[in-house]
Amino acid sequence: MDSIKQFGQYSLLLYQALRSVTEFSTYRKNLFSEFVKIGYESIPIIMLTGFFTGAVLTLQTAYQLDTDLYPVSIVGSIVGQSIVIELAAVIGGLVLAGKVGARISTELGTMRVSEQIDALESMGFNSVTFLVVPRVLAGLCMFPVLYVVAATTGIVGGILAGSLDGILPSAEFMQGARQFFYPEDVIFGVVKSFVFGFVITSISCFKGYFAFGGAEGVGNATTQATVLGCIYVLLADFVLAALLL
Amino acid sequence: MIEIKNLTKSFGNHLIWEDVSFKIQDGETLAIIGKSGCGKSVMLKHLNALLYPDSGKIFIDGSDLFCLSYSELRKMRQRFGILFQGAALFDSISTFENIAFPLRYFTDQSEDEIHANVEEALEMVNLVGAGEKPTSSLSGGMRKRVGVARAIILKPQYLLYDEPTSGLDPQTSEEINELIIHMADSLDITSIVITHDMHSVLTIAEKVAFLDEKKLSWFGTVEEMQDSDYEPLVDFTTASEYQITKSEKL
Repeated sequence: MDSIKQFGQYSLLLYQALRSVTEFSTYRKNLFSEFVKIGYESIPIIMLTGFFTGAVLTLQTAYQLDTDLYPVSIVGSIVGQSIVIELAAVIGGLVLAGKVGARISTELGTMRVSEQIDALESMGFNSVTFLVVPRVLAGLCMFPVLYVVAATTGIVGGILAGSLDGILPSAEFMQGARQFFYPEDVIFGVVKSFVFGFVITSISCFKGYFAFGGAEGVGNATTQATVLGCIYVLLADFVLAALLL
Repeated sequence: MIEIKNLTKSFGNHLIWEDVSFKIQDGETLAIIGKSGCGKSVMLKHLNALLYPDSGKIFIDGSDLFCLSYSELRKMRQRFGILFQGAALFDSISTFENIAFPLRYFTDQSEDEIHANVEEALEMVNLVGAGEKPTSSLSGGMRKRVGVARAIILKPQYLLYDEPTSGLDPQTSEEINELIIHMADSLDITSIVITHDMHSVLTIAEKVAFLDEKKLSWFGTVEEMQDSDYEPLVDFTTASEYQITKSEKL
């Protein structure tokens, strides 16, 4: 029963956000600030995640395929495609569910319990337009950008790990990666990250916006936002794979 | 004029109060008193439609508050200023920007005009020069003053105060009481003050609404309250007087 009520509240919040998306002047300033917080400030962690994912995947794939049956460039094919189709978007999404989701839900939750959201409403603001719309829009815009960053650094990580370890020269890695590179895979990754951006920001906005019960309530909201964000990223990943591949 | 008619509110199965009715005339200062948890702040949030009742109506100058469309409600809310219990200042921006906030979004004022208006508001609340301070560095009393400055910046018709003196030392409480009187007199504002501080009530209010036993238990002028022999009200006011006397002795 509680889940149905929460789903109803979530749907209403999204409906309100959608209705007020045209009030650009209200959230313009917040939107640019969120571009920076969600996008620019997430670049270091996304680069780090992408780089090590690519590096480890290369070493492990090379270890598993340590046989004369395949050319060594197959490692580049597997790593490149895995990163582009799956890992850059999903691992990046999971990391951002923690970094971005926790920040948004804590920020809005604190505003809720300290009556700052009530203060906004009491002044005549639409608090959903002011707080929720810019965060979700920034998520939709910046997650695909972060996906591209993660995928690029992932491949760079793979190349460096392969060549530094001496198991795979960079030229062979790139030859393998190019051999099975399909532009549709990048589009698929971008679509995934777009969906993940929506899932993570909207869930964390919802949990923060309706937080209650002081510091403990904000803590609960943040935990739920992060956990649900991760769960729905994995669920959305499965659904998109089933629908689009 | 604000007219509250047969207002009933509950959260789930927990009844807060029922069938509450009273009127607040223009220019009056009304204190809503009652024990902690009796629903005073809930009442205040209904006056701004931040909460909706189970039944009953609130008329603001004849308009049914709960029947307004959202855009009408947003306009109506701009006729109110609210000082929240913890001041509810936006902690990501400076004191100046907190006060300038409504002006930037709801008026076409130039930067110079905004600056002049904020400085005027800061002067009214005796905080000249505090504009550039971050809100995190303000004391409790200063936060409340900034909250009042922000609440009056759009020159509202009604000013609502939620526990304006709670958590403040007696001297600062007295300053806030004087500020409330000053606001009511100089801006000709109708004020509604939620409090359980009887000293504050006697200093600032003209009328008193006493919430007790999940209803509006008593309503009248401050003079009538002082002469009243209604037992729950007498118990509430004398308990506060006892506390005042006790703290004075200490």
